[in-house]
Parts: sequence; structure tokens; C-alpha cells
Amino acid sequence: MLLATIFSSLVIFIMAFALFQRSSPILGTQSLSELFLTSSWHPTKGEFGFYPFVIGTLSVTGLAMILAIPICLLSAIYLAEYAPGKVRGIVKPLIDLLSGIPSVVYGLWGVLLVVPLIRHYVAPFAGATTTGYSVLAGGIVLAIMVFPIIISVSEEVFRTVPFEVREASFALGATKWETVKHVVVRKALPGFLAAIILGFSRAFGETMAVLMVMGNVAKAPSSLFDPAYSLPALIANNYGEMMSIPLYDSALLLAALILLLVIAFFSILARVVLIRVERRSV
Amino acid sequence: MLRPHITIQKLNVFYRERHVLKDITVDIPEKRITALIGPSGCGKTTLLKSLNRLTDLVDGVKVSGNVLVDGINIFDNGIDVTNIRKKMGLIAQMPNPLPMSIYDNIAYGPRIHGVKDEKKVEQVVEHCLQAAGLWNEVKERLNEPASKLSVGQQQRLCLARALAVEPECLLCDEPTSALDPISAQYIETQLLTLKKDYTIVFVTHVLRQARRLADYVIFLYLGELIEHGPAETVFTRPSNPRTKAYIEGVFG
Amino acid sequence: MLLSTSIVVGSLLAVFAVVILKGAPALSLSMLTQTPKGGYYLGKEGGILNAIIGSLYLASGATALGFLLSLPIVLYINEYAGKSRFASLTRLSLDVLWGIPSIVYGAFAFIIMLYVGARASLLWGIITVTLFVFPIMTRAIDEVMKMSPFKLREASYALGSTRLETALKVVTRQTLPGILTAVLLAFGRGIGDAASVLLTAGYTDSVPHSLFDPVATLPLAVFFQLGTPIPEVQQRAYASGVILLVLVLLLSIASRLSTRRFVKYVIK
Repeated sequence: MLLATIFSSLVIFIMAFALFQRSSPILGTQSLSELFLTSSWHPTKGEFGFYPFVIGTLSVTGLAMILAIPICLLSAIYLAEYAPGKVRGIVKPLIDLLSGIPSVVYGLWGVLLVVPLIRHYVAPFAGATTTGYSVLAGGIVLAIMVFPIIISVSEEVFRTVPFEVREASFALGATKWETVKHVVVRKALPGFLAAIILGFSRAFGETMAVLMVMGNVAKAPSSLFDPAYSLPALIANNYGEMMSIPLYDSALLLAALILLLVIAFFSILARVVLIRVERRSV
Repeated sequence: MLRPHITIQKLNVFYRERHVLKDITVDIPEKRITALIGPSGCGKTTLLKSLNRLTDLVDGVKVSGNVLVDGINIFDNGIDVTNIRKKMGLIAQMPNPLPMSIYDNIAYGPRIHGVKDEKKVEQVVEHCLQAAGLWNEVKERLNEPASKLSVGQQQRLCLARALAVEPECLLCDEPTSALDPISAQYIETQLLTLKKDYTIVFVTHVLRQARRLADYVIFLYLGELIEHGPAETVFTRPSNPRTKAYIEGVFG
Repeated sequence: MLLSTSIVVGSLLAVFAVVILKGAPALSLSMLTQTPKGGYYLGKEGGILNAIIGSLYLASGATALGFLLSLPIVLYINEYAGKSRFASLTRLSLDVLWGIPSIVYGAFAFIIMLYVGARASLLWGIITVTLFVFPIMTRAIDEVMKMSPFKLREASYALGSTRLETALKVVTRQTLPGILTAVLLAFGRGIGDAASVLLTAGYTDSVPHSLFDPVATLPLAVFFQLGTPIPEVQQRAYASGVILLVLVLLLSIASRLSTRRFVKYVIK
């Protein structure tokens, strides 16, 4: 038992190490800034500029967060503070269900609904032309994928705000909304931020759905309607040719390493905040 | 002659299936200190909290009867609850500062009730902290989080906060039970000063405290009103044998 | 606020609605019972039985292996390590692992496979998915076990049982509903995840006969079929999506029902 437990703590280091080892060749040829700030991606010519992918990943994740945060905040507040028991009893399992849907299904849905919608309705409305495979499509699908985690963590955090503090606000004659706005949300803010960070991590690493709706063009997107290419999609799409082109495997595994490090960092940050929040409320 | 400020008529409170308060009918005199005494679990806190309808917040509570404040029934249908609560300040047993600075804690009440002029808010904050006897200790650090204060200071903060909304009554639920003797004494002294301007109702299970502070006494036992009257009378010549037994410490 | 919540619920319904509406027409018995025959990918006969069975094998294997790994860890941190820093550290590591995307696990497994010279197969698919899924399972079981009251263990010790006996016979019994939910949750993830198996399990048209055969999985079936230019095959992709969705839905319902069944022995 002890061995298993120790193993679980070491796994992440083993993974990071392995990825680092395999990506060291490419790290040896170019400096980090060269790798990440150049935009030309032509593996056959030995050019590995990661810039388009970094921007691609950041833009779709950023868009997803912008869409998701207000919706999740309000939903979490509603579920924690206002919803009658029956409504909570129905909505919470539905949100759980949302989190269980596999990413390929989200991708499929994106291709069936979101992409055509953007191509035929949204883009013309905004005066742009696009195939529909775009950052916007990725952002919408990704936002829906992170709803469950942000809402469930936030809702729990709101519920940890002790009754006495709410009572104090009510006793002063505040309305429910005033109490929620000034007291509950304020107290729960760090926890809510942690929830957002967790959502961000999830969105950052999402592979299949993004791959299916973003178009996968290795050029940094200049508008919401442009296609883009995310880091996870890069790895997933090209693993087949990895071994046949020199340094390609190293480059792709470097991408994987970046994903690991960024997500691990944010996860630790979020978790530490949540632990503190839990401790304070006990 | 004691003028009634709050008139309670046939108040019954049920929590789930428990009949917590049974047919309470009593008047609370204006600008006096009224003590609610009785053993633990007899409904004193419930009675206190029904006076500002904080009982509304708890699931499973049913209330019947009337509570008239200056002639108006607080349980009437059209009544604005937030207004009632503004009139009745509450100080809870455990200090419960809001998650804000000392200044904001006091300012919260006036601000939500519409005071926009920040100068006025400043005046109110200072005035209330003075009335609560806390001003000198915190005037240099009003922007610090309220959670940094000691428990005794926090309770005085809660008192100041309650005063800031300009209530007519102060409802205190065992306001000193969580405090050390020195802080407790502070609070008691403040209450004695404040009764000139406010009707004060406080719950206590420490008889000596009731003797020290009360002008009027209400004795509750197992949810029933056993006896009430001027403190002098109840403590020295109680008419009900159970009151006599409680006061003499036969049970507690 | 109500609007936001409706948006959330609405999108769930939208996902289900669109996928099912588009996919149901292409759904037929042969889809479920046949493996791809020659020319399947060009629009001819066959079904995705290979992927259905493949996914079931894979997910079951990974869940079982993951469980064998998870249970000792959870028991250890709850019964033996208690409130120590080691336990907190382990929980933190597991939480971090929980957030790592499956593609990274896939990449890692791929490196190992290259190192040992293995080919994409059911075995490696299972290993990868196990790695991906065991943090989820472990933390889920842990959350339930943390909540079981101490007096249970007290009662057991008072009767003279050892730590191990108490752990296995009493605590596990109490947390059974939670364990079941965690297992079903992990199984659902295992069936639905594509990125982890993309690099490690391969793809094939037949049902695997041994651990070393490559194996087809449902998510990849959806993905690959969607990628063809032939409309009939694309339709089949939608149908495969429906199958996957229905499976996930069934798992979710199953976990709720079974929790209710086992709750009767639990002490509150």
C-alpha cells in the first residue's frame, strides 16, 4: 500500500522527466525564445516555430473562459443561494452528466451545430467570411465543456460561507441580493478564483473537441473567425509522422511537456487556494 | 408607567414538529432593558429572533400570532422585512464580523439603506464606534480587516454596526457569553448607557447579569411564558413557584 | 441568474438533441453487431462492433487495474497516514494528476512504448487509460472515505480487529456506494477518452484476441469516420456518437441507482 501511494506522488515527476528527456534534442538546437516566438512551422525543413500554436491555445482558452466565467458565476450563485431544493436536485445531476460527455462527442456536436451556425449566421452578421472552423467555434465548445467543473467547485465554495455571516448581514436589514453580492461572494472569492483556474487548466489541455472544430491551420489567428491550431491538437494530429522526420518527435513531445508544466502549475495553485479556503471555514 | 414598544400577542413558533414557543403574550417596555431569562433551550433565542423575523431564514419554521411594533404588526403581508430589521438591531452570541475592514463593517448598514454621502457615512462610523466604546482602540486602523480584532473588540464592533443603521431596539442574544470578563463588562456598561435612547432586549442565562442590567424581566420555561414584570418584583417577590425555584438555582 | 443556469442546462440538452437527432437515423442493428467488412470505410457493409467491444475491453481493463491501484492508496492515506503531511502531499499530487490532460498521458506512454520497443496494442491502451483514470478514481473514493465517521473505526478496534481488518471489512463496506460511483465514473472516462488511446492503442477492424493486438475504440471510431469525405460513413460517425452518448448516459443512471441500493447499510 505504501508503495502504491509513493508511486502516485512520483508519477508526475517521472512523466515530466521522460518528456523532458525526449524533447531535449530540440531544446539543444534552439533557444526557448526562438522556439516560441517564431511562427514558421515546417517540420520537413527543420523549422519549429511554436508561436502559432501558443497563440492558438491561448486564444481559444481565453475566449472559452470569457464566455464561461459570467455564466458559471451566476449559475453557481443561483444554485447555492436561490434555487429551491427540487430545482437543485434536477440541475446538479444534469451538470454532472455534462461533465461525463466524452470530448469527441462535444467535437461532433461542434461540427454538427456550432460550425455551420458560425459559417451561415454569425460570420455574415459580423461581416466576415469563414468556413466556420474557427477560434469562435472552439471557444464556444470549450466553454460548455468547462461549465461543470467551474460551477460545481464554485457552488461548493459558496456553501461553505458560514450562516452567521449571512445572518449578520440580514440582521442589518440587507436584502438577499445585497447579502449575496457584498458578503457571500466576497468571502468566497478566493475559492471562486480557484474554480476558474481549474476550468482554465481543463480548457488548456482539451484535445479532441478543439481539434475537430478549430480548423488546424498553423498560423496564429488574427480574428475570432480565423482557424487556429492548439498545442494538444498539434500533438494528436501529427503523432503518426513523429518518428519519420528528424526532431519532429522531440518537438511534439516538447509541446506535451509544456502542457504538463503549465497545467501542473495552475492546478497546484488552485488546489492550494482551495485547501486554504476549506481550512478557514472549518 | 412603562410604555410598551413591542407588543407580543399569542406568538407561537413551531420548528418542524416541535412547538418551541407557546402562546407568548407580553409587552416589552420602551427605552428600558428587558432581560429574557430561563434555562437553556427554552425558546429565548427563538423569541428574540422572531422579533426581527430572522426566523424567516430557517427552513421548517412556522410562526403564528402577532408582534406589534409601535402598533404595526411585523408579520403583516405587505410589510417590508428589511425595514423591520433596520429598526431592530441584532447582536448575536458569537461575534460575526463581515468579511471587510472595520470601517466597511460599520458603513455596510448605512450604505445599503441608501446613504450616499460619504462624509455622512464617516460621521456615522465614528459616532457608532464611540457609542460602542471602541473608537479609541481602532481609530488609527479603520482599514484593517475586522477579523484581526480580538473577540471582545469584535463584539463591540457588532454593537457599533448595529447602531449604525439607527435602530429603535437592540436585540442581544447572550451578548457577553463568548467574552472575557473585561470585555463583558465593557459591553454591559455600554448597554446601560444606550438604554436612554434604545429599547433593549437581551437574552441571558446568567442570572447575576440579569440582576445587574434589567429593568424588566421575562421568564421563559420550556417555551412557555411563566412570569414577567419589573426586575425588582420578579427577583425579590416572584409570584410563580417555578420562577422562585429558577432564581434560587434549584434548576438551571 | 436564472438565464445563466438555463444556458447551462440548455447546452446540455442541445448537445444531446443534436447528436441524437443526427445520429439516430444512421443507427441500425448491424452497426451494433457487425465488425467492418471490406470497404466499410468506403460506405459498404459492417458495423462498429470492433470499437464497441474494444472500448469495453479497454475500459474494463483500465478500471480494474486502476481500482487495484486506487484502493490501497486510499486506504493507506485514510487509515494509516491520517492527517500527516504525507497524506496531504499525496492528495495534492493526485489532484494535479487529475488535471493533466489525457494527451499528455498518451505522449508519455508513447515514449515508454518506444523505449521498450512495443507496438500499439490493447495492453498499452489499458496502461495509458489506467494512468489517466486512477487519480480520478482515487480522489473520488478518498472524498467519500474521508467523511466516514471515526466512531465506526473505533467500534471495530474496540472489538479487537487489526488496522487492515478494519480497513477492509468495515470502512470499505461503509463507503461502498461511493466506491461504486467512483468506479463507474472512471469507467465512463475510460470509454469516452480519445486522446490517450490515439497514440497507444492503435486501431483495427477486428475484435482483439489478445492483449497484444491493436484495438479499436468508440471515440476513435467517431473521429475517424467523421474524417472521411463519404457521407454514408459520416452518418455512421454520428450514429457511433449516439452509441457513445447513450453508454455514458446509462453509466450515469446506473451509478445513481446503485448508490441508492447500497445506501441502506451505511451509518450516517
